[in-house]
Amino acid sequence: MSELSVNHLLGIKYLNKKDIALIFETADHFKEVINRSIKKVPTLRDITIANIFFENSTRTRLSFELAEKRLSADVVNFSAASSSVKKGETLIDTVNNILSMKVDMVVMRHPNPGAGIFLSKHVKASIVNAGDGAHEHPTQALLDSYSIQEKFGDVGGKNVVIVGDILHSRVALSNIFALKLQGANVKVCGPKTLIPKHIESLGVTVETNLKKALEWCDVANMLRIQNERMDISYFPSTREYTQQFGVNKQLLDSLDKQIVIMHPGPINRGVEITSDVADSAQSIILHQVENGVAIRMAVLYLLASKIK
Amino acid sequence: MGQRVLLTSKEINIILHRLACQLLENHLDFSDTALIGIQPRGIFLAERLAKILKEDYKVKDVALGFLDITFFRDDFGRGDKILKANSTKMNFLVEDKKVVFIDDVLYTGRSIRAALTAIQSFGRPKSIELLTLIDRRFSRHLPIQPNYRGRQVDAINEEKVKVMWAENDGEDIVYLVSK
Repeated sequence: MSELSVNHLLGIKYLNKKDIALIFETADHFKEVINRSIKKVPTLRDITIANIFFENSTRTRLSFELAEKRLSADVVNFSAASSSVKKGETLIDTVNNILSMKVDMVVMRHPNPGAGIFLSKHVKASIVNAGDGAHEHPTQALLDSYSIQEKFGDVGGKNVVIVGDILHSRVALSNIFALKLQGANVKVCGPKTLIPKHIESLGVTVETNLKKALEWCDVANMLRIQNERMDISYFPSTREYTQQFGVNKQLLDSLDKQIVIMHPGPINRGVEITSDVADSAQSIILHQVENGVAIRMAVLYLLASKIK
Repeated sequence: MGQRVLLTSKEINIILHRLACQLLENHLDFSDTALIGIQPRGIFLAERLAKILKEDYKVKDVALGFLDITFFRDDFGRGDKILKANSTKMNFLVEDKKVVFIDDVLYTGRSIRAALTAIQSFGRPKSIELLTLIDRRFSRHLPIQPNYRGRQVDAINEEKVKVMWAENDGEDIVYLVSK
């Protein structure tokens, strides 16, 4: 039957291939809906969703909120900066207090890896992980794969390279799980200090030469350097990083094929990617953002259908 | 579980031609009419009628759309079944058009209620009519009646009307299935 195998979206690790196909199929319908002049459907009018963000976010939070509103759910927003968390309240207490106001689903971003999993074991609500530390960011990986599928027709067999700060990136880990599950070939590329040890055990290959990686790939997913998660210095200088791992127009034009450029945002223009590349016809960065709303609508719809 | 034939392929064909003629009588050249098949099962009937109108009655152009009502239903989270969506194909706006909803079976009327809401995303129609192949009398939950009906059926709630189409199920036939 067409339902997800899980009751929460905690990570791509917990999904199977069929789940991803179902989410994509559902997202197709929602993409049609959000391109109508009236972009709203009444499906989730019974459902209340709390967006709980313990970490900063622009795109993900807006995208979730829009997705919720276009499904007619009631939405409450909460950010840790202006809350009682600062007064010493624990995560479970905070969430249980919100839930006693009759909230059905929680979309949570948290700096600690596994926060969503922990919460799902202790509270009665459907949890959607909107990023937990350097662990997973499942909806981002889903929308990335969906955008690749939209561009090429299929994710299976495609060569995808993830470039940049793999060590601190939840987007990288979720993307690796999602891409491998769908049969893509995945390479990671970056300074050795920013590539986790034993990452090959996830079925990916490592390349430290950007040009070689780009010559191999169909899609390059460019990641930002996560300075906020770095307590030591991983490379000599930003300028040197850019010289070795930044993509510019010259480099792209030197390849013998047109590769697709993706970026989960926020972009540090001039660091991992230059403006002329980010705004070029080869970049699908803004399509990713549009698809993000459709994917999140699909995830919320499919999880909400499992609430009894 | 038994099933008996309600309509044979020949009977269905006669009914389709009659329904097409009834539509013609009210809509003439179909210039400001839109036929909307309700997903998932209404689309076969809508396509059939559009084909008959074009081929047998020389109507030049029939605006034909498919409307999915999944996200507009009122039973979300109430049944055991997860509602699976189908695609909406509406390449035109229904603003000021005479809309005809087309579905295979009219039962409780709830699908049509959802369709009435769903169509609002595509404009404000001048009028909306309803055409169904099978009208199950006595089982309506809402005050909704068809303007054009193929066959009226008195079926009890435990029974199910199954409409099969050649292009999807191999042959045109309508069964009454009892559990």
